[in-house]
Amino acid sequence: MQDSDYIFREHDLDRFRWPDADYAHTPYRVFKDSAIYEREMEKVFRGPTWGYLALEAELPEAGSFKSVMLGNTPVVVSREEDGSFSAFVNRCAHRGATVVREEFGKADTHACIYHQWCYSSAGDLVGVPYRRGVSGKGGYPKDFKPAQHGLRKLHVESYKGLIFGSLQNEPGTLMAYLGPHIKEHLDRILVKPLKVLGYHRQRISANWKLYFENIKDPYHAGLLHMFAATFGTYRSTQEGYTLVSDGGGHSIVYSVMGTDDHDSVSEHYKDVKDKYQTDFQLNDGTLLQWTPDFDDGIGNLIISVFPNLVVQQILNTLATRQVRPLGPDGMELVWTFFGFEDDDDTLTDDRLRQLNLVGPAGYISMEDGEAIRLVQQAIQGETDATSFIQMGGLGPIVDADHVVTEVCTRGFWKQYAQTMEFAPREEGAPVPEKAHD
Amino acid sequence: MTSPIDGDLYQRVQDLYQNYGHAIDVDDLEAWPEFFTADARYCVIPRENHDRGLPAALIDCRGRPMLLDRVVALRTANIYNIHFDRHLVSPAVITGRDGDVLESRVNFTVMQTDQSGVTRLFAAGVSYDRIRVEEQRLRFLDRRLVLDTYGVPELLATPL
Repeated sequence: MQDSDYIFREHDLDRFRWPDADYAHTPYRVFKDSAIYEREMEKVFRGPTWGYLALEAELPEAGSFKSVMLGNTPVVVSREEDGSFSAFVNRCAHRGATVVREEFGKADTHACIYHQWCYSSAGDLVGVPYRRGVSGKGGYPKDFKPAQHGLRKLHVESYKGLIFGSLQNEPGTLMAYLGPHIKEHLDRILVKPLKVLGYHRQRISANWKLYFENIKDPYHAGLLHMFAATFGTYRSTQEGYTLVSDGGGHSIVYSVMGTDDHDSVSEHYKDVKDKYQTDFQLNDGTLLQWTPDFDDGIGNLIISVFPNLVVQQILNTLATRQVRPLGPDGMELVWTFFGFEDDDDTLTDDRLRQLNLVGPAGYISMEDGEAIRLVQQAIQGETDATSFIQMGGLGPIVDADHVVTEVCTRGFWKQYAQTMEFAPREEGAPVPEKAHD
Repeated sequence: MTSPIDGDLYQRVQDLYQNYGHAIDVDDLEAWPEFFTADARYCVIPRENHDRGLPAALIDCRGRPMLLDRVVALRTANIYNIHFDRHLVSPAVITGRDGDVLESRVNFTVMQTDQSGVTRLFAAGVSYDRIRVEEQRLRFLDRRLVLDTYGVPELLATPL
């Protein structure tokens, strides 16, 4: 065996390399290895990425804040007096306690309960008890400078009402990070001020990357989600597109309703008969009553942005989904549903009724949690094997004018491997020295 | 304080809740819509939404046909974790009465057991209900289950 055959089994992560440059095989160990998980938190979530934090609409007033997780880093994002947004790491600069304990709220300042160190909404230290001691005794040294003891701040940028943060020292612009495809499709759906309708949360016993594989994979959608196939909210036979960013990590999958017919569906679904049941009728058809927000017929759109954001438009449902890793074996998925501020009651009601389709209890999404849990369960004891990702073929990771492809999944692994410094070594490049154990 | 209903009617309310939970626990999902009036509302809403006045629900069935669709979908279309449920429902507190409609509140927990026989707490919460008293049987006119366990473990398929 050549060294390269075993490089993805390498315990020294500085020597770990992806098995192939097409990203058509994923080593299962990346879903369960705790050292890889720790490296992800550092290199991905605190690395050269922009993570989704919140919707601007969730922070309506100056001082409004929300607590989130960016990887395993607790973050608070706030609206400032001037209407801008700020974010800090929610860990006291003194002794490390969580400063903001609430998920949501409104406050001018945040005081740590432990020793009452007090911070502005932007994270600057504005008050320290007993700084000069009590009755002339104790206190901090004379050279103590509050300006040097603020909370760690994130770079923050917004686009179309979505707030992103980066823990990297000098990130590029958010727009350069998102790229033209993501911009175009955010522009398409985020056309007006947003109104938050509420949240779903689910805790899935699966690695966070299995969720990204899932939502970037239109191949499964017409096969696993029989409800969607039967009622035509999504079918592989519909006109559909798969777009992938230059770096590979962001993608867009969408399909256009009403672009297939009974004959073509019957032909292509004949091998999976139980997935397309023509005799299955809803007793109440209002569930799928769709008043399109846009005039392009797109009924199912999934935008994903590396490493923690999904934006969906499924019929009238609009949502962000924030992926929060919970160790190698688990994740929390937080869905924020929204409409537009100027929606009338009827349209709001349509959006709310269609929530029966999506989320952890949704007719066309409950299977995802189960499918990726089954992967996590089955790979636990595996150290050597890889998955097989070649629907749509190998070769360049580029856009496709159909949805029978896993190209976005390969794109995800490309950006992941490059960010983690796991990309396959160039032909003839030296193997790094093995570190001392 | 006197109860707005007599002992016999209260016992019928208790039976309604216990029979409701049991039907789901023995996988008699087809019986589930029958516990509701034709125009009933069944809503499972995360407590964080309920408390903040946000309307988004996890399940929101409006009328018995939508309840039937949930059952048909679970039986024929959806794929979910193989499990069985155990409902534990507190005694009902009757909070009001308007003619033949009772207002009632119960706490609930649902334990979920997998194929290895491992049982976990799946759901806890409170339900604010309206019950129509009919000659033959009581039926829910409205169930609003406010879910404390809104960090849903895996997924929510079978009804609470």
